[in-house]
Amino acid sequence: MLRTIRTIAWVAIAGLAVAAALAFTGVLPGLRGTTPAPFAASIGGPFALTSHKGARITSDQLKGKPFTVFFGFTYCPDVCPTTLLDLTNLIKDLGPDADKIGYYFVTVDPARDTPEQLTLYLSSFDNRITGLVGTAAELAGIAKAYRAIYKRVETKDGYTMDHTATMYLMDRTGAFAGTIDYQEQHATALAKLKKLAAR
Amino acid sequence: MLLSKIFHAAAIVATLLTAITAAKAHDYTVGDLKIGHPWTRVTPEGARAAGGFMTITNTGTKPDTLVGGTFVLSETFEVHEMSVTDGTMKMRQLDLGLVIKPGETVEMKPGSFHVMMIGMKQPLRDGETIKGTLVFERAGTIEIGYKVEPLGARAAGGAGHDHGSGHTAPKKAP
Repeated sequence: MLRTIRTIAWVAIAGLAVAAALAFTGVLPGLRGTTPAPFAASIGGPFALTSHKGARITSDQLKGKPFTVFFGFTYCPDVCPTTLLDLTNLIKDLGPDADKIGYYFVTVDPARDTPEQLTLYLSSFDNRITGLVGTAAELAGIAKAYRAIYKRVETKDGYTMDHTATMYLMDRTGAFAGTIDYQEQHATALAKLKKLAAR
Repeated sequence: MLLSKIFHAAAIVATLLTAITAAKAHDYTVGDLKIGHPWTRVTPEGARAAGGFMTITNTGTKPDTLVGGTFVLSETFEVHEMSVTDGTMKMRQLDLGLVIKPGETVEMKPGSFHVMMIGMKQPLRDGETIKGTLVFERAGTIEIGYKVEPLGARAAGGAGHDHGSGHTAPKKAP
């Protein structure tokens, strides 16, 4: 009897593992073409943060318009300014479609990235990009919802942040609609945003 | 008083001349090491950090290590390794420095090894050449100049701006 239960349990575990593996590698529907491929259905969710202009921004307010989310910080020497410049060029090339999408830059370093610092930093990029800053708990909340990673790493004279460098594409209901990778070709990224504008 | 002013002016002229020479030649040799085209990028407003890039070739028979250096416009200078794995950007300071083996060329470039300048005293602007030093374990200290490339440049000298077909507008900071 005990042995039977044990066997059933092991079979169930094995089944779950296979399902998880299939989902993770994108074999199950709805995940193809997204990298990385976590559980798409569960990316996104409620959040409340403060914009670089001081306004409260909640996920509920964003409903009705597709949006992009990128996590970064202003002490970032490479990926963040490059991504924000790429996004600036993409917004320019989207033409009239550009205003159909919202663009959000969430700082993973609220200790140094105050709204004032974000305002200064974002003045170098398209003014349609909104900086978002939260308390430690608010940041943890959106990162959890988006399956984003951020981690403080000490260096000799200070610290840096590891963080997810993928741009999330979210549709007008706030549901996950894809990603744009760091290093993605401009034409591919532009096509993805054009599609997103209609979602 | 007057003498000190003259001396000060002379120092400024000397600095400028060095900067011009550096911008022209832009390759440096120290001991067995050749440093190729050090460059950095325009920084966004309020940015406190910047990355520096170059190639370092070891023509000698013994390994050498880049252990540190300076950048005249930043408070600190670190040697870093960066990678993007599974969508996550990771950056690590190389505590033991960056080793250049005999006969090897190490490419410091965006998305990879770089030097990081933190605590920027003023923004970096296109076309400038900013002085600094590199310190190697064996070859010692060398003074170099970093050419400032446009914001978001992926390679020195305007290369790497390929954004696929149909995009002819030059990449420029607004």
